[in-house]
Amino acid sequence: MNVNILIFGQLKDITGTSVISINHVADTDLLLNKLYTQYPLLKEKNFLIAVDNQIIHKKTEIGEQVKIALLPPFSGG
Amino acid sequence: MKKEQSYERYQRQIRLKEFGIAGQQKLLQAKVLVIGAGGLGCPVLQYLTAAGIGCIGIVDNDVVLITNLHRQVLYDTNDIDKSKVSVAAGKLRLVNPDTELIEYHIHLDKNNCLGIINEYDVIIDCTDNFASRYMINDACVLKGKPLIYGAVNRFEGQVAVFNITTNEKERTANYRDLFPVQPEQSEVMNCEEAGVLGVLPGIIGSMQASEAIKLITGIGEPLINQLLTYNALNNQFFVFNYEQSSKSEITPSNETEFLKMNYEDVCVTDNLQFEIDAEKFDSMVLQSKINIIDVRELNELPAVTEFEHARIPLSELKNNLQELAADNIIFFCQTGIRSLKAVTIANELFENKKTCYSLQGGIISWKQIHEKQLT
Repeated sequence: MNVNILIFGQLKDITGTSVISINHVADTDLLLNKLYTQYPLLKEKNFLIAVDNQIIHKKTEIGEQVKIALLPPFSGG
Repeated sequence: MKKEQSYERYQRQIRLKEFGIAGQQKLLQAKVLVIGAGGLGCPVLQYLTAAGIGCIGIVDNDVVLITNLHRQVLYDTNDIDKSKVSVAAGKLRLVNPDTELIEYHIHLDKNNCLGIINEYDVIIDCTDNFASRYMINDACVLKGKPLIYGAVNRFEGQVAVFNITTNEKERTANYRDLFPVQPEQSEVMNCEEAGVLGVLPGIIGSMQASEAIKLITGIGEPLINQLLTYNALNNQFFVFNYEQSSKSEITPSNETEFLKMNYEDVCVTDNLQFEIDAEKFDSMVLQSKINIIDVRELNELPAVTEFEHARIPLSELKNNLQELAADNIIFFCQTGIRSLKAVTIANELFENKKTCYSLQGGIISWKQIHEKQLT
């Protein structure tokens, strides 16, 4: 089973696409590890993780069929 | 007499039963500060003036540039080189003489920000850089002012309402509950570097104006503890929820701490001695033992054909710097901010054994200087 991750803003320059799909992992720390291995440049980026539209700041379990989003800050005006 | 006339102007919104005369009176008594009269600021100012906000303060220190006009629709071609605040105030006074417009022809900084913010009921962040955004957020937290945030990037935008005082005298979440630490400006490209669809700040700014009106009149559900995102390419809207994180230690807790904060990009301001101007740059380009590196992303324009150089985007610099053979390196980018960051990276990597420079003002400024010399 896969987890779909929505990518926002300039993070798409790194992932190359606005949705990526990876094998299911148990929690957000494992998810980050996996993303960092796949996209090393993400390590240098500042972004928020949302699990099912809830922005989280600490390790969170990833249930089945959840929606993940990676949200960078925007400065433009 | 004047009162009847002014109410006629607002008839169509007064007719809304949630709004009514009471809503209009709240708007007419409200004082709103709009910081930044650019892409976001233009629609915010236009709609809030038209809606009959009693007093609007406009803060901006820039003049109108031709590159502003595709998105900053308060200005026209005849306004180029004129003060944005003067032009905006002049046009807005024609839109609605009921609204008092206060002009601040200044760059908002730590020293003037708290005093100005304190004069207003609602603050709207229409700025274009992280230094201002974090400073305004912290000032609003200190002064207990509601803050309406909007930001854009290419085809996407974000909107949120921060720091609302609730019944229990508690405050709702603010920008630091989303992104606690101020990113360096060079981490995220601004509109100039990344580009922006002209209509996008129009949409996001209009949403900020709408949130301000809802907040002042007490109707609907403002984006409190929520972050809205919009993507113009696929018309996707998302609303993300978040909570106040454990009180951020980074937020200054009093005015003395606020004045000690360093909002300007630290790595950039420390590096200014490595900047060279266009004239020095041109003399150095002729030397043979020099590497000139464009650190912009590969798709960024304008293209540079005037002198030989290599392209290594800032994001890939660390892994590619060792290949550079010359003892002197000049970095350049669009505006001269990322190239300063590149100097920091190179100096660390080469342990200051090479001499690194950054082209002041970036390639945009360099091209402008050369175009002027040709004419």
